[in-house]
Amino acid sequence: MRSIFKTGATALAAATMLSGVAYADGHGVSGPLRIFSDMSNPAPRAVMEGMVERFTEANPDVEVELVITDREAWKTQIRNVLQSGTADIVNWYAGNRMAPYVDAGLFMDISDLWEEGGLTETLASTQGSMTMDDGIWGVPYTYYQWGVYYREDIFAELGLEAPTTWEEELSNCQAIIDSGRACYTIGTKFLWTAGGWFDYLNMRTNGYDFHMALTAGEVEWTDDRVRATFENWATLIEMGAFIADHQTYSWQEALPFMVNGEAAAYLMGNFAVAPLREAGLSDDQLGFYQFPQIDPSIEPGEDAPTDTFHIAANAENVEAAEAFLLFVASAENQTLINNGDNLGQLPVNANSGVDDDEFLNAGFEMLSQNAGGGIAQFFDRDAPAEMAQVAMQGFQQFMVDPSTLDQVLQILEQARGRIY
Amino acid sequence: MASVTTDTPIHNNDPAPRAKISQQAIAPWLFLLPAFLFFAVYVIIPIFQSFYISAYEWNGLYSPEYRAVAGSEMTDLECTELGNRAARTEGCEPTGENVWTGEYVGFENYRNLWTDPFFWTSLKNNVLWLLLYFLAIPGGLFISLFLNQKVFGMRLYKSLFFFPFVLSQVVVGLVFSWFYLPNEGLLNEVLSWFNGPRTNILGSNDYATYGIIAAGLWPQTAYCMILYLTGLNAVDPEQIEAARLDGAKGPKMLWYVVLPQLWPATFIAIVVTVIGALRSFDLITIMTNGGPGFYNTSVLAFYMYDVALSEFGFRMGYGSAIAVILFLIMMVYIAGFLWKMWRDEKG
Repeated sequence: MRSIFKTGATALAAATMLSGVAYADGHGVSGPLRIFSDMSNPAPRAVMEGMVERFTEANPDVEVELVITDREAWKTQIRNVLQSGTADIVNWYAGNRMAPYVDAGLFMDISDLWEEGGLTETLASTQGSMTMDDGIWGVPYTYYQWGVYYREDIFAELGLEAPTTWEEELSNCQAIIDSGRACYTIGTKFLWTAGGWFDYLNMRTNGYDFHMALTAGEVEWTDDRVRATFENWATLIEMGAFIADHQTYSWQEALPFMVNGEAAAYLMGNFAVAPLREAGLSDDQLGFYQFPQIDPSIEPGEDAPTDTFHIAANAENVEAAEAFLLFVASAENQTLINNGDNLGQLPVNANSGVDDDEFLNAGFEMLSQNAGGGIAQFFDRDAPAEMAQVAMQGFQQFMVDPSTLDQVLQILEQARGRIY
Repeated sequence: MASVTTDTPIHNNDPAPRAKISQQAIAPWLFLLPAFLFFAVYVIIPIFQSFYISAYEWNGLYSPEYRAVAGSEMTDLECTELGNRAARTEGCEPTGENVWTGEYVGFENYRNLWTDPFFWTSLKNNVLWLLLYFLAIPGGLFISLFLNQKVFGMRLYKSLFFFPFVLSQVVVGLVFSWFYLPNEGLLNEVLSWFNGPRTNILGSNDYATYGIIAAGLWPQTAYCMILYLTGLNAVDPEQIEAARLDGAKGPKMLWYVVLPQLWPATFIAIVVTVIGALRSFDLITIMTNGGPGFYNTSVLAFYMYDVALSEFGFRMGYGSAIAVILFLIMMVYIAGFLWKMWRDEKG
């Protein structure tokens, strides 16, 4: 067993780990450790480099070799890196996005690290999304909420409150449209933003369990319950809730509509807050609300995509890699890297603190108190890659022309028959 | 081959001529060898690999291989069957080799292609590209005729017309997608002067492909123009003079006297235009990413990339099947080209 805990200090290690004070120090991990990271944007890059620096300080015998790849390019490069055996640790995503690499045996099963490192308790909330095939395949380092970011000043001007029910949502939206604005900005050129809308509408219309069954291929796309979701969506589209020509914009190109006040809200991940603030919106102008309920009997499910670290199955320095993963997941490190000065997202460790930021607090509260349905990753991480691709094209097609719904559902159902 | 061997050598005391002959015979092959080698490694072998992979279902990944540690209770087979948990099982160790995970499916990929609506959309777009791209040839011809005058600063005008061809396809795509932007785009600005309707060309299922082809024609026309400009330099002035004396002018002069002399330029223009039409991948990726909706602006090359190599693409076998079809279509054109070359060389 190549576990650092077989050095005879299992109990001690577990105890220190639980208190979140120390990690793997004194176990004498050493040697080169090759990390391939996709944290290429400025803030994440600084976080990654900072983590390596602090890890090396605590474990001076480890020489970390860090390669940071462009985040988009990494989505295809990971295949080559994992197969060539050049990495010990790689960045990836939780949920079904792990499936190809888990199935091919390219990620290492680290279930015993979770058990012995006490992660099953400190990271309990994300354990499900890291589990597949009876194994646990990685360690999360951050996650973020999705929800509706809206212009508080526009809502105030029109005398509107953040909606909690579908009726309020529709009447709000009508009022916003009557004032000459669109309710929502969105850019669907790269498709995934439409996946977020489908996630929420489907989880509110049919519930989290149905949504998971659908993304797992157990339900037909032509099912009446799926149609009900699309009908709710069509209600919004036909009243003019979304900005025109959204199929031409990326998510960033859709931001100015909200900043200029041409659209009142944006269903997005928390990463949209930083560019909105930079574009000049103050916290008085910017608000957050949970996606409103549609069927009151359904517990709300939420999207909270989780980003992760994995050990490659052909890693050469497994001891150091495990020590690094424990370090990443430790409460202390989690509090630090997710604060407003760094990633500005939510920590995964239950013992860590959430930075005092309006949106992080709102998101943390929502996910811990008001996501009784369950926490989904995101459409393109819950559904298998091929299904995600064709379904998100279908969502875009539907948003551009809702009358093509039957044709879209036929195509998705055919794809389901082939993929699962 | 000029080397001759006989059973009864006549000049057996003078071997020099024979060595000279074989040197002359070998030298061209030696010079060709690197080209052949690279051509084989990067073109010929991958073609056969595509044929081979297209009979498999494969997600593009290799799995690490495991074997039993000597002296443990495990066997090699047990370790293999453990699959993705072998790495953490005592008694198994990686061999350092990777195993291919493809699964033989015969002609299944081709059968799926036949019923795949996106494949047919892509093929239809390919044909559209090929047909409309030929507009670059008359376009280039007329610009070159227009520019073939002796006016002060003509070199500057020529280079300005040639400029788009120097730009990378990516830049052309970006410039045109800004030009087409639904609100701020120059196209809609111009349309609004004439009270025309606002359009979103790249966001429309019906017009997006034409919008991208128009972007592609911009540099392609410049390319054809430069080919014709050099061709026009080679036109025999005496023939023009003779035709003029016989009373030919305008379109007749162009059609019966100038164009036949431009045939070599036209031939090259056809070749580069077909190649340009098949290289539409970059423009599509930049301008619409295959959308809107289901692959509405996709061509076979884009569809192949998308199913096999993109972020969500894991169907290597299917992608290879598309590559094979694309190859066969291009073979028709390549065969025609080779036949023409062969005929010309024979004289």
